[in-house]
Amino acid sequence: MLIPAMRLICAIATFLLPFGAHAAGIGYDGARHLLNRTGFGATDAEVADYSRLGREEAVDRLLASTRREASVPPPAFVDAPFDRFYRVSNLSADERMAVQRKLVLESFELRAWWLREMAQTPSPLTERMTLFWHNHFATSQQKVRSLQLMYRQNALLRREALGNFATLLHAIAKDPAMLVYLDNAGSRRQAPNENFAREVMELFTLGEGHYGEQDIKEAARAFTGWSLDRETGEYTYRRVWHDYGTKTILGRTGRFDGEDVLDILLARPETARFIAAKLWREFVSPTPDAAEVSRWATVFRDAKYEVKPLLRAALTSDAFWSPANRGALVKSPVDLVVGTLRTFGIRPVDLRPAVFACAALGQNPFAPPNVKGWAGGDAWIDSATLLGRRQFVDRVFRGSDPMAAEAPMRVAAAAGAPGQALRRMLEQGMGDYAFDADRFAGSLAKTERVDALVLAYPAVSSPDREMPFPERVRALVADASYQLK
Amino acid sequence: MTLARRDFLKIAALAPFAGSAAFAAALDQPSRKLLILIELRGGNDGLNTVVPYSDPLYASLRPRLAIDPDKVVKLTEKTGLHPSLEKLHPRWEARELAIVQGVGYPQPNLSHFRSIEIWDTASKSDEYLDAGWLARAFAASPSPASFAADGVVVGAGSMGPLSGNAARCIALADPAQFLRNARLARGEGETRNPALAHILRVERDVRASAEKLTAGRKFETAFPAGPFGNAVNTAAQLATNESGVAVVRLSLGSFDTHANQQGTHANLLRQLAEGIEALRAALLEAGRWDTTVIATYAEFGRRPRENQSGGTDHGTASAHLVTGGKVKGGLYGAAPALDRLDGDGNLPHAVDFRGYYATLLDRWWGIDPKAVLGGRFETLPIL
Repeated sequence: MLIPAMRLICAIATFLLPFGAHAAGIGYDGARHLLNRTGFGATDAEVADYSRLGREEAVDRLLASTRREASVPPPAFVDAPFDRFYRVSNLSADERMAVQRKLVLESFELRAWWLREMAQTPSPLTERMTLFWHNHFATSQQKVRSLQLMYRQNALLRREALGNFATLLHAIAKDPAMLVYLDNAGSRRQAPNENFAREVMELFTLGEGHYGEQDIKEAARAFTGWSLDRETGEYTYRRVWHDYGTKTILGRTGRFDGEDVLDILLARPETARFIAAKLWREFVSPTPDAAEVSRWATVFRDAKYEVKPLLRAALTSDAFWSPANRGALVKSPVDLVVGTLRTFGIRPVDLRPAVFACAALGQNPFAPPNVKGWAGGDAWIDSATLLGRRQFVDRVFRGSDPMAAEAPMRVAAAAGAPGQALRRMLEQGMGDYAFDADRFAGSLAKTERVDALVLAYPAVSSPDREMPFPERVRALVADASYQLK
Repeated sequence: MTLARRDFLKIAALAPFAGSAAFAAALDQPSRKLLILIELRGGNDGLNTVVPYSDPLYASLRPRLAIDPDKVVKLTEKTGLHPSLEKLHPRWEARELAIVQGVGYPQPNLSHFRSIEIWDTASKSDEYLDAGWLARAFAASPSPASFAADGVVVGAGSMGPLSGNAARCIALADPAQFLRNARLARGEGETRNPALAHILRVERDVRASAEKLTAGRKFETAFPAGPFGNAVNTAAQLATNESGVAVVRLSLGSFDTHANQQGTHANLLRQLAEGIEALRAALLEAGRWDTTVIATYAEFGRRPRENQSGGTDHGTASAHLVTGGKVKGGLYGAAPALDRLDGDGNLPHAVDFRGYYATLLDRWWGIDPKAVLGGRFETLPIL
């Protein structure tokens, strides 16, 4: 009985060996799929380079080159002495205006820095995961009102982007921007603020439905006293605000502090599943497969929340490579904007127009709409943002005079409010965002594979074979399928 | 190029014989009554909006946040408005402002995201529905084909009560820009890829709507500055376009005032009152005030007892405002029962939010609410 079965297995193994282990390589389409999903666009040379590798080899190469720090130096203001939080009521109208102006300018500068990092980094996967965690631990400058604190949080997210989720969770709970954003900075034992306690369970670890209102109240008590030094902008523990009493959280009772609560949440199996399912939606498709997510979650827990083993399991899975999941995700605004720059080798001097474009399309980095982050998926596309996306693509690929058709808008803006003047300035700053067809053609090893480079899914209206190259590229980026990855 | 195109659109809109069957049809169709919904995003503090100023429990629950009774805009012996809503007082005097107190639902959920989902889909607390309640209503009772859309969501954000594929809905930041961009929309096709199918569907909607939307009306009314003022301006434009829409959804916020609520809340309510007042003036100007209802909604109210950060945490039932030329002003529902808070310190509800919706469906549009809302809910005599 046993022997025929073994023989059969041997026969299958022998048959599979030459092709198995993906010896033939992931191919051009596979490489484009991998690099687009794990990064932001990719050039023909990068795709060709990865196309020769096997699945595991390709994924391991991505995972081996991750970073813990950005490659582009941050704006100077991040290292300046901490700008104390102003009591707005103590300021004159002029001073208030000056503070506001400074915040706006710094926020553009910081966003432009991050987009430049995404566009230039040797490890796009690091930025993909940094953005993933920014969306997970969503925190907005609109409320924090300090770009220095937003930068510090961004550096933390990058440091642990492919590090350890437990380490990241513990650090984010004491992160000054988060303490401000979810109001824990002022939470005291007399009346604990429940905001952080609620979201840490609902959105950061367990997911909705896996805890009760009482768990939130008790956890809020445990986080009392985790606060912020207004002078230095550093985390500080306010002993007199902390509730040292006994708490019962998710069935466990003790004199818990915030660290204990986080460990209780990390000990629950729901946490790994919640993160694994979110990772599926980020990398694979909008509809997670429960069994496969559960397998990834086990890998994640067994690896003590190390991110790389989880990501390795996800990116080498059959689900990730399944033809059914190619082109199944809608590009985020950052995917579209930064991906267009990377894929077509466009290297603007000023990234602020790119920031403006992402924001107008619904994804303003450092300002997610709420603590749940960007909804993503189909929600990226409504009639306003779809037209905005077309307008962005239209502008980049229009040709030598990208501004020509915008003349009426510029006339209108000239007479308008300061916001419109800013917009006008940024739009004029898009001069060097123009696509250069000759240079791009020269960068392709074979011009006929431009379709495979640009589209993750067959074009809705396939361009005519006879179409001249620049027209062909314009037709591809104008196709609805260009919005997919 | 662009200028010529825009002039052409203007001319086309003005000339009834310019080959526009839709335009001719619009003249024959009775204009469907318009609903303008204003979402108070993040959960508005109902207690400091419609203030039970003479209830001693109110003052004791809110040592820092209670509105000074001398500053309340008094409506009755017991109830008043936040001082920032002063601009709405004339509506009350004219009996055009209905205040519905205690709107909520059983087994309230205190998560923003889950609770607004419940409100948007008009589901039970433990029920998950895909489509928004208005999308379902329009699936059952479509707007005339000549309409530019069933609903328009102005500004960013989700489609909310209009989400789902059942209705013809569009999201719009600014109608003038919308028209300018419509020429860029193109293509159509069939696909098995759900993400692509969604994109193609939005494309079709854009093209269909852009042909019918006309914008750029100049009002005598001055609109408030800022994003909400712009949204109100857009809503007024939409209310007056020839081909009609049934619903416009605006949103204001965030009202999620966990800390230092006072200034933020006052500022938001002032924007709300100024916005509604500008909208009324513009609708009067356009002869649309009597065929429009404006109503607010939010995922929840806030907890009666203030927190230690000078703010309020997530609560349950809250007050909502309804106004319009045909609205019967007055107080509806029940004043907040501050002596009957639940175990979490939250208010019981007096009016089921589905009854609030049923009122709009039944008494405004004559749509049978039972099929849309999955049950009978008592309507309010505000219309």
